[in-house]
Amino acid sequence: MLQLSCGFFALSCGSGQLPAQASCSPSAEVVQVAAGVYVRPGHAAVVFEADEIANIGFVVGDRCVAVVDTGGSLAEGRALDCAIRDVTDLPVCYVINTHVHPDHLLGNLAFKRPGVEFLGDAKLPRALALRGDVYLERASAYESRALDVSIFVFPDRTVTGTVQLDIGDRILTVRAHKSAHTDHDISVVDEKTRIAFLGDLLFLEHIPVIDGSINGWIDELEAMSGESFVYVVPGHGPTSASWPAAAGPTVRYLADLRQNVRAWIGSGGDLASAQDNIGHGRIADWRLSERYHRRNVGAAYAELEWED
Amino acid sequence: MIGNSHCGAFAGLGRCATLLVILAPVVGGTTTVEEDMVWTGGLRSAYFGDRAITQSDDLIVLDIPDRAEDAAIVPISITAQIPQTDEHYIQTIYVFIDKNPGPLAGTFRFTPKSGRADLAFRVRVNAYTPIRAIAETNDGKLYMSRRFIKATGGCSAPAGSDLDAAMARLGKIKLRTNGVLQLAEPAQAQLMISHPNLNGLQMNQVTQLYAPAHFVRHVKVSFNGEEVFSAETGFGISENPSFRFFFVPDSEGELAAEITDTKGLRFSQTLQVAPTAALGLVSEDM
Repeated sequence: MLQLSCGFFALSCGSGQLPAQASCSPSAEVVQVAAGVYVRPGHAAVVFEADEIANIGFVVGDRCVAVVDTGGSLAEGRALDCAIRDVTDLPVCYVINTHVHPDHLLGNLAFKRPGVEFLGDAKLPRALALRGDVYLERASAYESRALDVSIFVFPDRTVTGTVQLDIGDRILTVRAHKSAHTDHDISVVDEKTRIAFLGDLLFLEHIPVIDGSINGWIDELEAMSGESFVYVVPGHGPTSASWPAAAGPTVRYLADLRQNVRAWIGSGGDLASAQDNIGHGRIADWRLSERYHRRNVGAAYAELEWED
Repeated sequence: MIGNSHCGAFAGLGRCATLLVILAPVVGGTTTVEEDMVWTGGLRSAYFGDRAITQSDDLIVLDIPDRAEDAAIVPISITAQIPQTDEHYIQTIYVFIDKNPGPLAGTFRFTPKSGRADLAFRVRVNAYTPIRAIAETNDGKLYMSRRFIKATGGCSAPAGSDLDAAMARLGKIKLRTNGVLQLAEPAQAQLMISHPNLNGLQMNQVTQLYAPAHFVRHVKVSFNGEEVFSAETGFGISENPSFRFFFVPDSEGELAAEITDTKGLRFSQTLQVAPTAALGLVSEDM
Protein backbone atom coordinates (compact mmCIF):
# COMPACT_ATOMS: atom_id res chain seq x y z
CA MET A 1 0.00 0.00 0.00
CA LEU A 2 2.73 2.36 0.94
CA GLN A 3 4.53 1.63 -2.30
CA LEU A 4 1.43 2.08 -4.39
CA SER A 5 0.76 5.49 -2.97
CA CYS A 6 4.33 6.57 -3.39
CA GLY A 7 5.30 5.16 -6.78
CA PHE A 8 4.44 7.70 -9.42
CA PHE A 9 3.73 10.55 -7.04
CA ALA A 10 6.93 10.13 -5.24
CA LEU A 11 7.44 13.82 -4.60
CA SER A 12 4.79 13.54 -1.94
CA CYS A 13 6.61 10.73 -0.19
CA GLY A 14 8.78 12.10 2.55
CA SER A 15 11.95 10.29 3.39
CA GLY A 16 10.59 9.63 6.84
CA GLN A 17 8.18 7.17 5.29
CA LEU A 18 10.98 4.95 4.11
CA PRO A 19 12.44 3.06 7.05
CA ALA A 20 14.63 1.22 4.57
CA GLN A 21 16.81 4.29 4.33
CA ALA A 22 18.13 3.91 7.83
CA SER A 23 18.82 0.22 7.46
CA CYS A 24 20.41 0.50 4.02
CA SER A 25 24.12 0.25 4.45
CA PRO A 26 26.80 0.51 3.53
CA SER A 27 26.27 3.18 0.92
CA ALA A 28 28.71 3.60 -1.91
CA GLU A 29 30.51 6.92 -1.90
CA VAL A 30 29.31 8.87 -4.87
CA VAL A 31 30.33 12.15 -6.46
CA GLN A 32 27.76 14.57 -7.81
CA VAL A 33 29.12 15.69 -11.18
CA ALA A 34 26.10 17.88 -12.00
CA ALA A 35 22.62 18.43 -10.62
CA GLY A 36 21.05 15.00 -10.41
CA VAL A 37 24.03 13.20 -11.96
CA TYR A 38 26.09 10.99 -9.67
CA VAL A 39 29.12 8.78 -10.22
CA ARG A 40 30.57 6.09 -8.00
CA PRO A 41 34.28 6.31 -8.79
CA GLY A 42 36.17 3.19 -9.79
CA HIS A 43 39.81 2.38 -9.27
CA ALA A 44 41.99 0.71 -11.88
CA ALA A 45 42.35 -3.01 -11.18
CA VAL A 46 41.94 -6.34 -12.91
CA VAL A 47 38.43 -7.80 -12.87
CA PHE A 48 37.80 -9.92 -9.75
CA GLU A 49 41.10 -8.86 -8.19
CA ALA A 50 39.49 -5.85 -6.49
CA ASP A 51 36.16 -4.15 -5.81
CA GLU A 52 34.87 -0.91 -7.29
CA ILE A 53 36.86 -1.03 -10.51
CA ALA A 54 34.58 0.77 -12.98
CA ASN A 55 32.92 4.17 -12.83
CA ILE A 56 29.21 3.55 -12.42
CA GLY A 57 26.45 6.01 -11.68
CA PHE A 58 22.88 7.20 -11.79
CA VAL A 59 20.73 10.07 -12.95
CA VAL A 60 17.78 11.36 -10.89
CA GLY A 61 14.71 12.62 -12.74
CA ASP A 62 11.47 14.01 -11.34
CA ARG A 63 9.78 10.66 -11.65
CA CYS A 64 12.46 8.05 -11.08
CA VAL A 65 16.12 7.12 -11.21
CA ALA A 66 18.11 5.55 -14.05
CA VAL A 67 21.19 3.55 -13.11
CA VAL A 68 24.11 3.31 -15.54
CA ASP A 69 26.06 0.15 -14.74
CA THR A 70 25.88 -1.61 -11.42
CA GLY A 71 29.43 -2.57 -10.44
CA GLY A 72 31.33 -5.80 -10.06
CA SER A 73 29.35 -7.66 -7.42
CA LEU A 74 25.98 -7.93 -5.74
CA ALA A 75 27.44 -6.01 -2.80
CA GLU A 76 28.53 -3.17 -5.06
CA GLY A 77 25.09 -3.03 -6.61
CA ARG A 78 23.46 -2.91 -3.18
CA ALA A 79 25.83 -0.16 -2.04
CA LEU A 80 24.91 1.86 -5.12
CA ASP A 81 21.25 1.26 -4.38
CA CYS A 82 21.81 2.60 -0.85
CA ALA A 83 23.65 5.63 -2.21
CA ILE A 84 20.61 6.34 -4.40
CA ARG A 85 18.35 6.16 -1.38
CA ASP A 86 20.65 8.60 0.41
CA VAL A 87 19.94 11.25 -2.22
CA THR A 88 16.35 10.55 -3.27
CA ASP A 89 13.21 8.70 -2.32
CA LEU A 90 12.34 8.15 -5.96
CA PRO A 91 12.35 4.60 -7.19
CA VAL A 92 14.83 3.16 -9.63
CA CYS A 93 13.03 2.60 -12.95
CA TYR A 94 15.85 1.74 -15.35
CA VAL A 95 19.16 -0.07 -15.19
CA ILE A 96 21.22 0.49 -18.33
CA ASN A 97 24.16 -1.84 -18.89
CA THR A 98 26.89 -0.30 -21.04
CA HIS A 99 28.35 -3.74 -21.88
CA VAL A 100 28.94 -7.26 -20.60
CA HIS A 101 32.12 -6.92 -18.56
CA PRO A 102 31.76 -8.12 -14.97
CA ASP A 103 33.11 -4.98 -13.30
CA HIS A 104 30.18 -3.08 -14.84
CA LEU A 105 27.35 -5.56 -14.73
CA LEU A 106 27.54 -8.01 -11.86
CA GLY A 107 25.67 -5.69 -9.49
CA ASN A 108 22.51 -5.98 -11.59
CA LEU A 109 20.85 -8.44 -9.25
CA ALA A 110 20.68 -5.79 -6.52
CA PHE A 111 18.14 -3.93 -8.66
CA LYS A 112 16.08 -6.90 -9.84
CA ARG A 113 12.63 -6.01 -8.53
CA PRO A 114 9.24 -4.97 -9.87
CA GLY A 115 9.31 -1.61 -11.60
CA VAL A 116 12.91 -1.79 -12.75
CA GLU A 117 13.52 -2.32 -16.46
CA PHE A 118 16.95 -3.50 -17.59
CA LEU A 119 18.29 -2.22 -20.91
CA GLY A 120 21.27 -3.26 -22.96
CA ASP A 121 22.47 -3.51 -26.51
CA ALA A 122 20.80 -6.08 -28.74
CA LYS A 123 24.00 -8.14 -28.68
CA LEU A 124 24.37 -8.03 -24.89
CA PRO A 125 22.30 -11.20 -24.30
CA ARG A 126 24.48 -13.18 -26.68
CA ALA A 127 27.65 -11.84 -25.12
CA LEU A 128 26.38 -12.72 -21.66
CA ALA A 129 25.34 -16.21 -22.75
CA LEU A 130 28.69 -16.86 -24.39
CA ARG A 131 30.78 -15.60 -21.50
CA GLY A 132 28.71 -16.35 -18.44
CA ASP A 133 30.32 -19.68 -17.66
CA VAL A 134 33.79 -18.24 -18.06
CA TYR A 135 32.97 -15.42 -15.65
CA LEU A 136 31.68 -17.89 -13.08
CA GLU A 137 34.82 -19.94 -13.44
CA ARG A 138 37.10 -16.93 -13.14
CA ALA A 139 35.22 -15.66 -10.11
CA SER A 140 35.53 -19.05 -8.45
CA ALA A 141 39.30 -18.67 -8.47
CA TYR A 142 38.84 -16.00 -5.77
CA GLU A 143 37.58 -17.55 -2.60
CA SER A 144 35.28 -14.73 -1.55
CA ARG A 145 33.79 -14.22 -4.99
CA ALA A 146 32.24 -17.56 -5.89
CA LEU A 147 29.08 -16.94 -7.90
CA ASP A 148 26.32 -18.94 -9.43
CA VAL A 149 24.39 -18.36 -12.60
CA SER A 150 21.61 -16.47 -10.80
CA ILE A 151 23.91 -13.42 -10.65
CA PHE A 152 23.28 -12.74 -14.33
CA VAL A 153 20.37 -10.44 -15.10
CA PHE A 154 19.61 -10.23 -18.81
CA PRO A 155 18.08 -7.09 -20.35
CA ASP A 156 14.30 -6.78 -20.44
CA ARG A 157 14.60 -4.49 -23.42
CA THR A 158 17.37 -4.42 -25.99
CA VAL A 159 18.50 -1.37 -27.89
CA THR A 160 19.47 -0.90 -31.51
CA GLY A 161 20.06 2.61 -32.75
CA THR A 162 18.90 5.04 -30.08
CA VAL A 163 16.16 4.99 -27.45
CA GLN A 164 15.02 7.92 -25.33
CA LEU A 165 13.92 7.38 -21.75
CA ASP A 166 11.88 9.93 -19.83
CA ILE A 167 12.63 9.79 -16.12
CA GLY A 168 10.53 12.88 -15.33
CA ASP A 169 11.42 16.24 -16.87
CA ARG A 170 14.64 14.60 -17.90
CA ILE A 171 15.38 12.72 -21.12
CA LEU A 172 18.15 10.17 -21.39
CA THR A 173 19.37 9.16 -24.83
CA VAL A 174 20.54 5.56 -24.85
CA ARG A 175 22.63 4.79 -27.89
CA ALA A 176 23.91 1.51 -29.29
CA HIS A 177 27.30 1.77 -30.95
CA LYS A 178 28.95 -0.28 -33.64
CA SER A 179 31.64 -2.72 -32.55
CA ALA A 180 34.23 -0.76 -30.56
CA HIS A 181 35.38 -1.61 -27.01
CA THR A 182 33.03 -4.62 -27.32
CA ASP A 183 30.54 -5.52 -30.04
CA HIS A 184 27.70 -4.22 -27.89
CA ASP A 185 28.64 -0.87 -26.32
CA ILE A 186 25.98 1.51 -25.04
CA SER A 187 26.35 5.18 -24.12
CA VAL A 188 23.86 7.25 -22.13
CA VAL A 189 23.47 11.01 -22.50
CA ASP A 190 21.57 13.07 -19.97
CA GLU A 191 20.05 15.67 -22.30
CA LYS A 192 19.33 18.04 -19.41
CA THR A 193 23.00 18.55 -18.55
CA ARG A 194 24.57 17.09 -21.74
CA ILE A 195 26.67 14.82 -19.60
CA ALA A 196 27.49 11.56 -21.34
CA PHE A 197 28.17 8.23 -19.67
CA LEU A 198 30.44 6.62 -22.24
CA GLY A 199 31.07 3.34 -20.47
CA ASP A 200 34.23 1.70 -21.75
CA LEU A 201 34.13 3.56 -25.03
CA LEU A 202 36.38 5.90 -23.08
CA PHE A 203 39.31 5.07 -20.82
CA LEU A 204 41.50 7.49 -18.92
CA GLU A 205 44.45 6.41 -16.77
CA HIS A 206 43.47 2.70 -17.07
CA ILE A 207 44.81 1.29 -20.35
CA PRO A 208 42.08 0.83 -22.98
CA VAL A 209 41.11 -2.82 -23.46
CA ILE A 210 40.08 -4.05 -26.91
CA ASP A 211 37.35 -6.68 -26.84
CA GLY A 212 35.50 -5.68 -29.99
CA SER A 213 37.15 -3.86 -32.87
CA ILE A 214 40.12 -1.52 -32.92
CA ASN A 215 38.97 -0.02 -36.21
CA GLY A 216 35.40 0.38 -35.03
CA TRP A 217 36.50 1.92 -31.76
CA ILE A 218 38.66 4.58 -33.41
CA ASP A 219 35.81 5.32 -35.84
CA GLU A 220 33.25 5.70 -33.06
CA LEU A 221 35.39 8.03 -30.97
CA GLU A 222 36.24 10.15 -33.99
CA ALA A 223 32.59 10.31 -35.02
CA MET A 224 31.61 11.37 -31.50
CA SER A 225 34.25 14.07 -31.26
CA GLY A 226 31.81 16.61 -32.68
CA GLU A 227 29.26 15.99 -29.93
CA SER A 228 28.69 18.92 -27.60
CA PHE A 229 28.97 17.04 -24.32
CA VAL A 230 29.51 19.28 -21.31
CA TYR A 231 31.29 16.49 -19.50
CA VAL A 232 31.79 12.82 -20.14
CA VAL A 233 32.02 10.03 -17.60
CA PRO A 234 34.64 7.48 -18.70
CA GLY A 235 34.22 3.82 -17.80
CA HIS A 236 37.60 4.02 -16.10
CA GLY A 237 39.48 7.09 -14.90
CA PRO A 238 38.23 10.30 -13.28
CA THR A 239 34.51 10.67 -12.63
CA SER A 240 34.21 13.36 -15.28
CA ALA A 241 36.30 14.86 -18.04
CA SER A 242 35.89 17.46 -20.75
CA TRP A 243 35.00 16.55 -24.30
CA PRO A 244 36.43 15.95 -26.83
CA ALA A 245 39.82 16.37 -25.17
CA ALA A 246 39.17 13.30 -23.01
CA ALA A 247 39.06 11.09 -26.09
CA GLY A 248 42.63 11.99 -26.98
CA PRO A 249 44.58 9.41 -24.97
CA THR A 250 42.33 6.49 -25.95
CA VAL A 251 42.36 7.45 -29.64
CA ARG A 252 46.12 7.98 -29.65
CA TYR A 253 46.79 4.66 -27.96
CA LEU A 254 44.54 2.79 -30.40
CA ALA A 255 45.79 4.62 -33.50
CA ASP A 256 49.41 4.06 -32.52
CA LEU A 257 48.76 0.39 -31.83
CA ARG A 258 46.94 -0.01 -35.15
CA GLN A 259 49.77 1.56 -37.09
CA ASN A 260 52.37 -0.67 -35.44
CA VAL A 261 50.39 -3.87 -35.76
CA ARG A 262 49.61 -3.18 -39.43
CA ALA A 263 53.30 -2.68 -40.10
CA TRP A 264 54.15 -5.88 -38.21
CA ILE A 265 51.64 -7.90 -40.20
CA GLY A 266 52.84 -6.33 -43.43
CA SER A 267 56.39 -7.42 -42.75
CA GLY A 268 55.31 -11.02 -42.10
CA GLY A 269 55.72 -10.94 -38.32
CA ASP A 270 53.56 -13.41 -36.43
CA LEU A 271 51.16 -12.89 -33.53
CA ALA A 272 53.55 -14.02 -30.79
CA SER A 273 56.39 -11.80 -31.97
CA ALA A 274 54.00 -8.86 -32.30
CA GLN A 275 53.00 -9.32 -28.66
CA ASP A 276 56.64 -9.51 -27.63
CA ASN A 277 57.75 -6.43 -29.50
CA ILE A 278 55.07 -3.83 -30.11
CA GLY A 279 54.73 -0.73 -28.03
CA HIS A 280 56.20 -1.88 -24.76
CA GLY A 281 58.42 1.16 -24.39
CA ARG A 282 55.68 3.74 -24.75
CA ILE A 283 52.83 2.51 -22.62
CA ALA A 284 54.18 3.04 -19.13
CA ASP A 285 51.83 5.95 -18.49
CA TRP A 286 48.81 3.68 -18.58
CA ARG A 287 47.80 1.77 -15.51
CA LEU A 288 47.58 -2.01 -15.97
CA SER A 289 49.48 -1.91 -19.25
CA GLU A 290 51.40 -4.96 -18.01
CA ARG A 291 48.13 -6.85 -17.82
CA TYR A 292 46.32 -5.72 -20.95
CA HIS A 293 48.71 -4.35 -23.56
CA ARG A 294 49.86 -7.71 -24.92
CA ARG A 295 46.28 -8.83 -25.07
CA ASN A 296 45.41 -5.68 -27.02
CA VAL A 297 48.20 -6.41 -29.49
CA GLY A 298 46.72 -9.88 -30.00
CA ALA A 299 43.19 -8.57 -30.47
CA ALA A 300 44.37 -5.90 -32.90
CA TYR A 301 46.46 -8.43 -34.80
CA ALA A 302 43.58 -10.90 -35.16
CA GLU A 303 41.40 -8.15 -36.58
CA LEU A 304 43.89 -6.30 -38.76
CA GLU A 305 45.35 -9.39 -40.42
CA TRP A 306 42.07 -9.63 -42.35
CA GLU A 307 42.37 -6.16 -43.84
CA ASP A 308 43.05 -6.15 -47.56
CA MET B 1 67.95 -41.87 -26.24
CA ILE B 2 67.79 -43.30 -29.72
CA GLY B 3 67.65 -47.05 -29.54
CA ASN B 4 66.00 -46.96 -26.16
CA SER B 5 62.83 -47.91 -27.91
CA HIS B 6 61.14 -49.93 -25.23
CA CYS B 7 60.47 -47.74 -22.26
CA GLY B 8 57.79 -49.94 -20.91
CA ALA B 9 56.79 -52.37 -18.28
CA PHE B 10 60.03 -54.33 -18.32
CA ALA B 11 63.63 -53.58 -17.63
CA GLY B 12 63.47 -50.18 -19.28
CA LEU B 13 61.22 -48.77 -16.63
CA GLY B 14 63.96 -47.85 -14.26
CA ARG B 15 65.96 -46.22 -16.99
CA CYS B 16 62.97 -44.23 -18.19
CA ALA B 17 62.13 -42.96 -14.78
CA THR B 18 65.68 -41.75 -14.39
CA LEU B 19 65.56 -40.22 -17.81
CA LEU B 20 62.43 -38.22 -17.03
CA VAL B 21 63.86 -36.91 -13.82
CA ILE B 22 66.92 -35.70 -15.65
CA LEU B 23 65.01 -34.16 -18.52
CA ALA B 24 62.16 -32.56 -16.66
CA PRO B 25 63.99 -29.37 -15.65
CA VAL B 26 65.28 -28.93 -19.19
CA VAL B 27 61.97 -29.14 -21.00
CA GLY B 28 59.83 -26.47 -19.48
CA GLY B 29 60.38 -25.97 -15.80
CA THR B 30 58.78 -27.89 -13.02
CA THR B 31 56.45 -30.65 -13.99
CA THR B 32 54.33 -32.55 -11.58
CA VAL B 33 52.66 -35.91 -11.70
CA GLU B 34 49.34 -34.18 -11.13
CA GLU B 35 49.69 -31.91 -14.14
CA ASP B 36 50.22 -34.90 -16.40
CA MET B 37 47.38 -37.04 -15.12
CA VAL B 38 45.24 -36.70 -18.23
CA TRP B 39 48.18 -37.73 -20.35
CA THR B 40 49.42 -40.62 -18.27
CA GLY B 41 45.87 -41.67 -17.35
CA GLY B 42 44.82 -42.60 -20.87
CA LEU B 43 45.51 -39.95 -23.48
CA ARG B 44 48.99 -41.22 -24.17
CA SER B 45 48.00 -44.85 -24.55
CA ALA B 46 44.92 -43.99 -26.61
CA TYR B 47 47.05 -42.41 -29.30
CA PHE B 48 50.42 -44.10 -28.97
CA GLY B 49 49.84 -47.35 -27.12
CA ASP B 50 53.10 -48.46 -25.56
CA ARG B 51 55.34 -46.88 -28.19
CA ALA B 52 58.39 -45.13 -26.81
CA ILE B 53 58.22 -41.35 -26.68
CA THR B 54 61.38 -39.43 -25.92
CA GLN B 55 60.66 -36.26 -23.98
CA SER B 56 63.25 -33.89 -25.30
CA ASP B 57 63.71 -30.63 -27.14
CA ASP B 58 66.35 -32.17 -29.39
CA LEU B 59 64.06 -32.70 -32.37
CA ILE B 60 61.37 -30.06 -32.03
CA VAL B 61 60.92 -27.13 -29.66
CA LEU B 62 57.43 -26.08 -28.63
CA ASP B 63 57.00 -22.41 -27.77
CA ILE B 64 53.89 -21.07 -26.04
CA PRO B 65 53.29 -18.20 -23.63
CA ASP B 66 53.40 -19.10 -19.91
CA ARG B 67 50.07 -17.37 -19.45
CA ALA B 68 47.52 -16.76 -22.18
CA GLU B 69 46.67 -13.13 -22.83
CA ASP B 70 43.46 -14.32 -24.45
CA ALA B 71 42.61 -18.00 -24.00
CA ALA B 72 40.73 -18.03 -27.30
CA ILE B 73 43.81 -17.12 -29.37
CA VAL B 74 46.92 -18.63 -27.86
CA PRO B 75 49.87 -18.59 -30.26
CA ILE B 76 51.77 -21.86 -30.60
CA SER B 77 54.98 -22.30 -32.52
CA ILE B 78 57.03 -25.40 -33.15
CA THR B 79 60.57 -25.18 -34.43
CA ALA B 80 62.26 -28.21 -35.92
CA GLN B 81 65.88 -28.76 -34.95
CA ILE B 82 66.69 -30.75 -38.10
CA PRO B 83 66.24 -29.97 -41.79
CA GLN B 84 63.87 -32.08 -43.87
CA THR B 85 65.91 -34.35 -46.12
CA ASP B 86 64.80 -37.26 -48.26
CA GLU B 87 66.60 -39.63 -45.92
CA HIS B 88 65.52 -38.24 -42.58
CA TYR B 89 62.59 -35.98 -41.89
CA ILE B 90 59.73 -35.22 -39.56
CA GLN B 91 56.60 -36.61 -41.13
CA THR B 92 53.99 -35.84 -38.48
CA ILE B 93 53.54 -33.49 -35.55
CA TYR B 94 50.66 -34.07 -33.14
CA VAL B 95 49.64 -31.27 -30.81
CA PHE B 96 47.74 -32.12 -27.62
CA ILE B 97 46.13 -29.76 -25.14
CA ASP B 98 45.50 -32.22 -22.34
CA LYS B 99 42.58 -30.54 -20.60
CA ASN B 100 40.66 -29.29 -23.62
CA PRO B 101 37.35 -31.03 -24.39
CA GLY B 102 39.04 -32.43 -27.50
CA PRO B 103 42.68 -32.77 -26.50
CA LEU B 104 44.12 -33.44 -29.97
CA ALA B 105 44.26 -29.94 -31.48
CA GLY B 106 45.70 -31.14 -34.75
CA THR B 107 47.77 -33.63 -36.68
CA PHE B 108 50.20 -31.93 -39.05
CA ARG B 109 52.06 -33.70 -41.85
CA PHE B 110 55.26 -32.70 -43.56
CA THR B 111 57.37 -34.03 -46.41
CA PRO B 112 60.96 -33.54 -47.54
CA LYS B 113 59.50 -30.85 -49.82
CA SER B 114 58.53 -28.90 -46.71
CA GLY B 115 62.18 -27.97 -46.22
CA ARG B 116 61.57 -27.36 -42.54
CA ALA B 117 58.91 -28.89 -40.29
CA ASP B 118 58.32 -25.57 -38.54
CA LEU B 119 54.76 -24.69 -37.70
CA ALA B 120 52.84 -21.85 -36.07
CA PHE B 121 49.13 -21.58 -35.40
CA ARG B 122 46.69 -20.55 -32.62
CA VAL B 123 44.58 -22.56 -30.26
CA ARG B 124 41.85 -22.25 -27.69
CA VAL B 125 42.85 -23.32 -24.21
CA ASN B 126 40.16 -24.14 -21.68
CA ALA B 127 42.07 -24.69 -18.45
CA TYR B 128 45.52 -24.69 -16.88
CA THR B 129 47.05 -27.51 -18.86
CA PRO B 130 50.13 -29.08 -20.36
CA ILE B 131 50.47 -28.60 -24.10
CA ARG B 132 52.60 -31.14 -25.91
CA ALA B 133 53.91 -31.43 -29.44
CA ILE B 134 54.93 -34.91 -30.51
CA ALA B 135 56.98 -35.34 -33.65
CA GLU B 136 57.22 -38.60 -35.54
CA THR B 137 60.19 -39.04 -37.84
CA ASN B 138 60.08 -41.06 -41.05
CA ASP B 139 61.82 -43.90 -39.23
CA GLY B 140 58.98 -44.08 -36.75
CA LYS B 141 60.54 -42.48 -33.69
CA LEU B 142 58.54 -40.19 -31.41
CA TYR B 143 59.84 -37.11 -29.64
CA MET B 144 57.83 -34.87 -27.34
CA SER B 145 58.31 -31.21 -26.41
CA ARG B 146 56.10 -30.29 -23.47
CA ARG B 147 55.11 -26.98 -21.90
CA PHE B 148 52.50 -25.81 -19.38
CA ILE B 149 50.11 -22.90 -19.82
CA LYS B 150 47.90 -20.88 -17.51
CA ALA B 151 44.70 -20.11 -19.39
CA THR B 152 40.97 -20.37 -18.75
CA GLY B 153 37.78 -20.51 -20.76
CA GLY B 154 39.06 -20.28 -24.32
CA CYS B 155 36.63 -22.88 -25.64
CA SER B 156 33.37 -21.13 -24.92
CA ALA B 157 34.34 -17.57 -25.78
CA PRO B 158 34.47 -16.30 -29.32
CA ALA B 159 37.92 -15.02 -30.18
CA GLY B 160 37.51 -11.68 -31.87
CA SER B 161 34.18 -10.99 -30.15
CA ASP B 162 32.88 -9.55 -33.39
CA LEU B 163 31.18 -12.80 -34.34
CA ASP B 164 29.08 -11.20 -37.04
CA ALA B 165 32.08 -9.87 -38.90
CA ALA B 166 33.66 -13.32 -38.75
CA MET B 167 30.57 -15.06 -40.13
CA ALA B 168 30.16 -12.53 -42.93
CA ARG B 169 33.68 -13.35 -44.08
CA LEU B 170 33.31 -17.16 -43.96
CA GLY B 171 35.56 -18.90 -46.43
CA LYS B 172 37.78 -15.99 -47.32
CA ILE B 173 41.36 -17.22 -47.67
CA LYS B 174 44.69 -15.47 -47.57
CA LEU B 175 47.72 -17.34 -48.84
CA ARG B 176 51.06 -15.60 -48.88
CA THR B 177 54.78 -16.09 -48.46
CA ASN B 178 56.90 -14.21 -45.96
CA GLY B 179 60.34 -12.87 -46.65
CA VAL B 180 62.44 -13.11 -49.81
CA LEU B 181 61.86 -16.31 -51.78
CA GLN B 182 65.16 -17.87 -52.75
CA LEU B 183 65.37 -20.72 -55.19
CA ALA B 184 65.59 -24.10 -53.44
CA GLU B 185 65.73 -22.52 -49.97
CA PRO B 186 62.96 -23.28 -47.45
CA ALA B 187 60.50 -20.38 -47.43
CA GLN B 188 57.76 -19.55 -44.97
CA ALA B 189 54.18 -19.60 -46.22
CA GLN B 190 51.09 -18.47 -44.38
CA LEU B 191 47.56 -19.74 -44.88
CA MET B 192 44.61 -17.99 -43.24
CA ILE B 193 41.00 -19.10 -43.47
CA SER B 194 38.16 -16.92 -42.26
CA HIS B 195 36.03 -19.44 -40.41
CA PRO B 196 34.23 -19.25 -37.03
CA ASN B 197 35.54 -22.73 -36.15
CA LEU B 198 32.56 -23.29 -33.87
CA ASN B 199 33.33 -26.05 -31.40
CA GLY B 200 29.81 -26.84 -30.20
CA LEU B 201 30.43 -25.17 -26.85
CA GLN B 202 29.18 -21.74 -27.85
CA MET B 203 25.54 -20.98 -27.22
CA ASN B 204 23.31 -19.43 -29.83
CA GLN B 205 21.28 -16.97 -27.82
CA VAL B 206 18.47 -16.74 -30.36
CA THR B 207 17.72 -20.46 -30.35
CA GLN B 208 18.98 -21.05 -26.81
CA LEU B 209 20.84 -24.02 -28.27
CA TYR B 210 24.51 -24.62 -28.51
CA ALA B 211 25.64 -23.78 -32.02
CA PRO B 212 26.54 -27.08 -33.69
CA ALA B 213 30.23 -27.69 -34.15
CA HIS B 214 31.40 -26.37 -37.49
CA PHE B 215 35.12 -26.19 -37.96
CA VAL B 216 37.97 -26.63 -40.39
CA ARG B 217 38.78 -30.34 -40.68
CA HIS B 218 41.40 -30.75 -43.39
CA VAL B 219 44.02 -28.50 -44.84
CA LYS B 220 46.31 -29.48 -47.67
CA VAL B 221 48.94 -27.36 -49.35
CA SER B 222 50.94 -28.45 -52.35
CA PHE B 223 53.59 -26.83 -54.48
CA ASN B 224 53.46 -27.71 -58.18
CA GLY B 225 51.29 -30.67 -57.29
CA GLU B 226 53.49 -32.10 -54.55
CA GLU B 227 52.25 -31.95 -50.98
CA VAL B 228 54.31 -29.74 -48.66
CA PHE B 229 51.99 -29.45 -45.67
CA SER B 230 48.71 -30.91 -44.55
CA ALA B 231 46.69 -30.90 -41.38
CA GLU B 232 43.77 -32.65 -39.80
CA THR B 233 42.44 -30.22 -37.26
CA GLY B 234 40.05 -30.33 -34.32
CA PHE B 235 38.01 -27.62 -32.71
CA GLY B 236 40.84 -26.55 -30.45
CA ILE B 237 42.08 -24.42 -33.33
CA SER B 238 41.11 -20.76 -32.88
CA GLU B 239 38.53 -18.95 -34.92
CA ASN B 240 39.93 -17.84 -38.29
CA PRO B 241 42.65 -20.52 -38.44
CA SER B 242 46.07 -19.29 -39.44
CA PHE B 243 48.95 -21.66 -40.24
CA ARG B 244 52.58 -20.82 -40.92
CA PHE B 245 54.72 -23.56 -42.43
CA PHE B 246 57.57 -24.00 -44.88
CA PHE B 247 57.99 -25.22 -48.44
CA VAL B 248 60.88 -25.33 -50.86
CA PRO B 249 60.32 -23.27 -54.04
CA ASP B 250 62.65 -25.28 -56.28
CA SER B 251 61.26 -23.55 -59.36
CA GLU B 252 58.62 -21.03 -60.29
CA GLY B 253 55.23 -22.45 -59.68
CA GLU B 254 51.96 -22.58 -57.91
CA LEU B 255 51.28 -22.95 -54.23
CA ALA B 256 47.78 -24.39 -53.81
CA ALA B 257 45.74 -24.70 -50.63
CA GLU B 258 42.60 -26.77 -50.20
CA ILE B 259 40.45 -26.63 -47.10
CA THR B 260 37.48 -28.77 -46.08
CA ASP B 261 35.30 -28.13 -43.06
CA THR B 262 33.04 -30.41 -41.03
CA LYS B 263 29.99 -29.50 -43.12
CA GLY B 264 31.84 -30.56 -46.25
CA LEU B 265 32.32 -27.02 -47.47
CA ARG B 266 35.43 -26.70 -49.61
CA PHE B 267 37.58 -23.65 -50.01
CA SER B 268 40.69 -23.21 -52.10
CA GLN B 269 43.27 -20.64 -53.06
CA THR B 270 46.39 -20.56 -55.18
CA LEU B 271 49.44 -18.34 -55.22
CA GLN B 272 51.97 -17.98 -58.01
CA VAL B 273 55.51 -17.83 -56.68
CA ALA B 274 58.71 -16.87 -58.46
CA PRO B 275 61.78 -17.46 -56.32
CA THR B 276 64.87 -15.46 -57.06
CA ALA B 277 67.97 -17.46 -57.78
CA ALA B 278 70.40 -17.61 -54.92
CA LEU B 279 73.58 -15.69 -55.71
CA GLY B 280 75.73 -18.76 -55.93
CA LEU B 281 73.44 -20.42 -58.45
CA VAL B 282 73.30 -17.29 -60.59
CA SER B 283 77.04 -17.26 -61.02
CA GLU B 284 77.11 -20.96 -61.84
CA ASP B 285 74.44 -20.52 -64.48
CA MET B 286 76.29 -17.65 -66.01
